Amino acid sequence: MSQANNDAVLAAAEADNREFLVFSLGDEEYAIDILKVQEIRGYENVTRIANAPDFIKGVTNLRGVIVPIVDLRIKFHLDSVEYGGQTVVIVVNVADRIVGIVVDGVSDVMTLTPDQIKPAPEFGVTLSSDFLSGLGSLEDRMLVLVDIDKLLTSEEMALVDSTSNR
Amino acid sequence: MDITDFFDTFFEEAEELLADMEQHLLELDVEDPDSEQLNAIFRAAHSIKGGAGTFGFTALQKTTHIFENLLDHARKGELALRADLVDTFLEAKDIMHDQLNAYRSEEEPDQEVFERICQTLQQIAIEEIGKGLEAAEGAPIANATSSSSSSDTKTASAKEVPVEEASGTDAPSAASGDMLKVTLINVDEKDRTLLVEELEQLGDVQSHSGDEAHYEVILQGNISADDIEAVMCFIIEPEQVEVTAIEGEVPAPNAPAKAPEKAQPQEKAPEKAAEPAAKAEKKPEKKAEKPKTKKAAAESSSIRVSVDKVDQIINLVGELIITQSMLDQTVSDLEDPNSSLQNGMSLLQRNARDLQESVMSIRMIPMEFVFSRFPRVVRDTAGKLGKDIELVTEGKSTELDKSLVERITDPLTHLVRNSLDHGIEMPDEREAVGKPRTGKLTLSARHQGGNILIEVKDDGAGMDRERLLAKARENDLNVSDTMSDEDVWQLIFAPGFSTAKEVTDVSGRGVGMDVVKRNIQGMGGRVEIQSKKGEGTNTRIVLPLTLAILDGMSIKVGAETFILPLSAVLESLQPAKGDMYAMAGDDVVLKVRDEYLPVIAIHEVLDVENAITDPTKSIAVIVQGEGRRYAMLVDELIGQQQVVVKNLEDNYRKVPGISAATILGDGSVSLILDITGLHRLSRAKKESGKPVSQQNPMYFKEAEPS
Repeated sequence: MSQANNDAVLAAAEADNREFLVFSLGDEEYAIDILKVQEIRGYENVTRIANAPDFIKGVTNLRGVIVPIVDLRIKFHLDSVEYGGQTVVIVVNVADRIVGIVVDGVSDVMTLTPDQIKPAPEFGVTLSSDFLSGLGSLEDRMLVLVDIDKLLTSEEMALVDSTSNR
Repeated sequence: MDITDFFDTFFEEAEELLADMEQHLLELDVEDPDSEQLNAIFRAAHSIKGGAGTFGFTALQKTTHIFENLLDHARKGELALRADLVDTFLEAKDIMHDQLNAYRSEEEPDQEVFERICQTLQQIAIEEIGKGLEAAEGAPIANATSSSSSSDTKTASAKEVPVEEASGTDAPSAASGDMLKVTLINVDEKDRTLLVEELEQLGDVQSHSGDEAHYEVILQGNISADDIEAVMCFIIEPEQVEVTAIEGEVPAPNAPAKAPEKAQPQEKAPEKAAEPAAKAEKKPEKKAEKPKTKKAAAESSSIRVSVDKVDQIINLVGELIITQSMLDQTVSDLEDPNSSLQNGMSLLQRNARDLQESVMSIRMIPMEFVFSRFPRVVRDTAGKLGKDIELVTEGKSTELDKSLVERITDPLTHLVRNSLDHGIEMPDEREAVGKPRTGKLTLSARHQGGNILIEVKDDGAGMDRERLLAKARENDLNVSDTMSDEDVWQLIFAPGFSTAKEVTDVSGRGVGMDVVKRNIQGMGGRVEIQSKKGEGTNTRIVLPLTLAILDGMSIKVGAETFILPLSAVLESLQPAKGDMYAMAGDDVVLKVRDEYLPVIAIHEVLDVENAITDPTKSIAVIVQGEGRRYAMLVDELIGQQQVVVKNLEDNYRKVPGISAATILGDGSVSLILDITGLHRLSRAKKESGKPVSQQNPMYFKEAEPS
């Protein structure tokens, strides 16, 4: 009886656990909900789009689908933006769209329990706390949990035609 | 399996049947109706009724039932057809269509309309034939008792098909209390009991006997074979039941052997909508009876596939082509090419192209799908306006991409209505100027180059240049008396522009023509007008054959490759210094023969780095879009190629100056330039100094977040 109860409690707790894909931008560690991630690939062959904001690197061919590539390093105003062998594109699925985001590297997949997720404080202007789902604390590491849905569909990303334009 | 799985099949079939019905109704010669046509209309109504009954769409079933009975009288010559009756029939068809749509969106159809049309049809029956039809309020599988002839005919027709078909009239047997033999094949005992009970509800069961393999029920009463089958179909398959009429009191000894094969093809089982087998069985038979039935063969040899599936195949084939050209490139780069490898590659290339072509052709459907609705539109509109109009359609078999066919219908309808309302004059006016009273409207479609040309031509009054100009001034449009005719005609596409003296039901509110133009441009096409006062107007719509593949010219600017739609390219040349003239501001024009064309440098508009900036070293491509012509400066022409058009908006957004994207042989993405968009973009850039923020304020709103 108590065993079954325990299991149920455990299962419930596990159900609240969320898995995140951790990636680095410069020295900072960020994480996004793993369920949004479609695949991870190298940065290559991007066709520039004229007159687009600088953080939109262009579009690429993902097995026949034209996918826009966003460089979060530029978006977040990091000092050094280099494209090398480690540069990785995380292909995410948000709001029925496929978008690639350029990051410096992908480190691991983490499971966070609800009490490891702390509310995000009011941030500066570069990354509004609207786009964060919280901060993940993990021993001596801190992960910035990005709400990738909100971020990529936001007006300032200029990725989506605003409704008034349709 | 859930019955709702069949709903879609039924809806689609019913829709086709209704379209068929409409076509036949329109073609019907009221003076001398073709019995085959009446039969076809009757069959369509009957099939819909059957399906509707099966799926429990009561209102639709009842409407079709009354309609069907009325048609039955018509095809037997008891009901003399008149134009106004055909109008009512058409109205009934429209209502059935509305009901169908209501059911499709899981709503109940409009009860008021339903009752009204039922009454109207009943009224016709009473007035024209002198007897009412079975009320619609009856059981779902209502029986046409009052029109005993109807039910008898159907049973009788099992034996007297040739007579009925040939003469169009059939002696209604006056018998009340026909004997029917219902044979049940391979029905187990439980169902048998049920069925006998059902039959007892319908008529007087005289006797029932037999075993599981062959069970006979003798039934007396005014019941049609259809009704019996309609009841049975809820319990058993249509193949399991045979209904035969028995002549005389005693079953004829040879009946069991002979009757089934005759009765079988005549079955008009209501569940046919969900039973293609039953349909296939019936069609060939009909054809055999009368060679005039045209469509039978074509229908049975097609399958229904969702557009999504076809699009997926088209996408995959596009991928295949790209992969193939990548391989091709790799092979040709090999130092020591193996000849069998090269042979294999060229074979692969040919097969891949063939495959692509055949897959693309799946999406192509004949213009007939669009044109077929116009006889009705013309008839209704002409009737409303009190004009006599003859509609001529040409090039029905011209094929067009399905997505275009769907989108061309509305603009075309608008143009046709416009022609009818504004173009063609009233009969008296026509007579006064020496034209035949009947106006002629021609709809045609044909291929022209890589495009399809659709024309709406009338022999009406033509457009009045002076009135258009006067009206344009009233609307504060920028016009001058020296404008070319072509430009004047284009004025009618300005928003809010209407020259109609009064607003009518049909047109004249001034909304629409601009929408027509926008729609057609949205399809990558254009509209041209030719008009001559007193002789008529010809509106020409030029559309690309398909949206999925584009004939492109690849060009290079700096390190970037772009695609130009070949249809927009007029010529290319190397500009000489003497032909370039600077104008106020940064504007430059290029003199090509006797024309001065504005120059747009791609590297400026699209901010391409490392491009050739000296115009005399670059190449000028003369392009034309939406009637605007300009010279586009590029670094290099690479060549012509067909490209698969990929939408940018799927995952990104609209980009000014770019219409779409494609994937090149090396797997990289290339952008397809939007000729008109580039012109606008260039203007906006020059005007504002800051790129395109004028043109699309949303676009750069947060371009530089800080």
